[in-house]
Amino acid sequence: MIQFEHVVKRYGKNTILHDLNFTIPDGQFVVLIGPSGCGKTTSLKMINRLIEPDEGRILIDGEDYAGKNPVNLRRHIGYVIQQIGLFPNMTVAQNISVVPRLLGQDKAACDKKVHELLEMVDLPYEQYAHKYPNELSGGQQQRIGVLRALAASPPIVLMDEPFGALDPMTREVLQDEVKRLQRKLHKTIVFVTHDMGEALKMADIIIFMNGGQIEQMAPPEKMLEAPASDLVRSFLGKHQLSDSNPLYVEDFMRTNPYTVDFHRGVLECAEKMARSGVDTLLVTDDDDHYLGTVSIRDIKLKGREAGSIEPLISTEVRTVCLGDDAQESVNYLLTSGESYVVVLRPDQTVAGIITKNSMAKVVANTLWGDDK
Amino acid sequence: MSDFFSMYGQMLIRSILIHLKYVLISVSAGFALGLGLGILLSRLPPKFSAVILPILSIFQTVPGIVFIGLLFLWIGMIPATAIIALSVYAMFPVLKNTYTGIEQVPAGYCEAAVGCGMTSMQVLVRVELPLAMPTIIGGLRMSTVYTISWAVLSSMIGLGGLGDFIYQGVSSNNNTLIIAGAIPAAVMAVLAGALIDRVQKKVVPRGLRKEAIR
Repeated sequence: MIQFEHVVKRYGKNTILHDLNFTIPDGQFVVLIGPSGCGKTTSLKMINRLIEPDEGRILIDGEDYAGKNPVNLRRHIGYVIQQIGLFPNMTVAQNISVVPRLLGQDKAACDKKVHELLEMVDLPYEQYAHKYPNELSGGQQQRIGVLRALAASPPIVLMDEPFGALDPMTREVLQDEVKRLQRKLHKTIVFVTHDMGEALKMADIIIFMNGGQIEQMAPPEKMLEAPASDLVRSFLGKHQLSDSNPLYVEDFMRTNPYTVDFHRGVLECAEKMARSGVDTLLVTDDDDHYLGTVSIRDIKLKGREAGSIEPLISTEVRTVCLGDDAQESVNYLLTSGESYVVVLRPDQTVAGIITKNSMAKVVANTLWGDDK
Repeated sequence: MSDFFSMYGQMLIRSILIHLKYVLISVSAGFALGLGLGILLSRLPPKFSAVILPILSIFQTVPGIVFIGLLFLWIGMIPATAIIALSVYAMFPVLKNTYTGIEQVPAGYCEAAVGCGMTSMQVLVRVELPLAMPTIIGGLRMSTVYTISWAVLSSMIGLGGLGDFIYQGVSSNNNTLIIAGAIPAAVMAVLAGALIDRVQKKVVPRGLRKEAIR
């Protein structure tokens, strides 16, 4: 458990942190986020005492380390920094064993740990242990940086924008990896970032800081639901729930479904289905009014002698009207096992259809924004 | 030619050995001093080095011949005079390069090291010095090559070395003697430089070499 009690930090006349109070419970993934200069990195570095508070106390598992030699504390807190964390004069294995060696573990124990950790992130020992950092890609380097922080099995790991310099693909992969490691090893992780997407993805709790104070401290879900201020809202940006929640059938429907005129022949219909990759068509009359549907199954069963599709038209498919509440249709689709609902305009022409696919798309867009 | 060697051969070998002795002792002493003082200087607040480094630079511009002359008056004609003077001069490049080498270590590495729980001594030995090593060895190379040429001065106060040949040659207008002193000194400088380059390759880990394969 990490507790900040009335922590104040000043540089000259500038107060960087104003009376900061918060508690981080064990095993939580806590993300510090906020605009630059908000004090998030300063707060992080106070935990392993790279920066000392001017006032207040920082307790780790109830113990105040102020005035004691910080070296021992640091050996029991993992630390990952942006980009150039690895020592270029040491191999991967030596880098990973830095802290275990400082703790006096022998070479065999360190080597075992290196094997174990490299295995955990799928970097084969034989291939990577004796490489130097400049022989690795940026993503591999930062992976090793994370492993080094974990090597002495510290209960707490601090990460200062660890993935800031990586390309989006690699960042994505490393985020997943760190999250997986954290869950597996039950670490308390304090993570600084300025990327809200990263925060929402990784955090159990987000601490949003601004001007040396906490603007909001909440789980991602709560922050999305109720941002405490306009600043938090602007940081959430595209990740936020849109104000107009989808309510009506038109919000969920797919337009331009495949239709066919009721005069058409059976074979022509079958051919159109095959070409469009669907198993039913919507049948309309000369004025485009909806008549029903025709399915490939019916055509196969009794189609040949019919010649025209008119006798095969089924009106069993559920129809709804534009402006209807969507909830009913959605529930119907989810429970009945039917694959679609037809949406009609007031004049009985076809407006579109709702399928499970079109529903899923809308839900996804609402949650994560329309990224197209 | 064989005349020259039968006449001067033994003297030449003795001079080379004396020259070598001066160089080895003073470069070793100068390196140790320069390394120590350079590290010490890097531990002090920057305002100290801002004063000390320029003073050292001025001191370095005092011609060796003047310094050796002054020491001669003070200490006398003993080998220590030459060795002290040469050591002081050998120290400058090492001191300067040690200091700049350590200063140039990116702050991120030191922060990572401190964050890992290294004491300041461990940061120095495990991170700062290894990273500064190429620069420090560069200083050693410079000081060795310089010292080989400066050691010629020690014969000026009658302490021998290859300078004997050069001074005798100059005063007696004998070019053969000048060359007999100059060539071994030049060869010595080239060899020492090559030797230090080999050492450089040995002590600088692969990760710090520029040509490392990605």
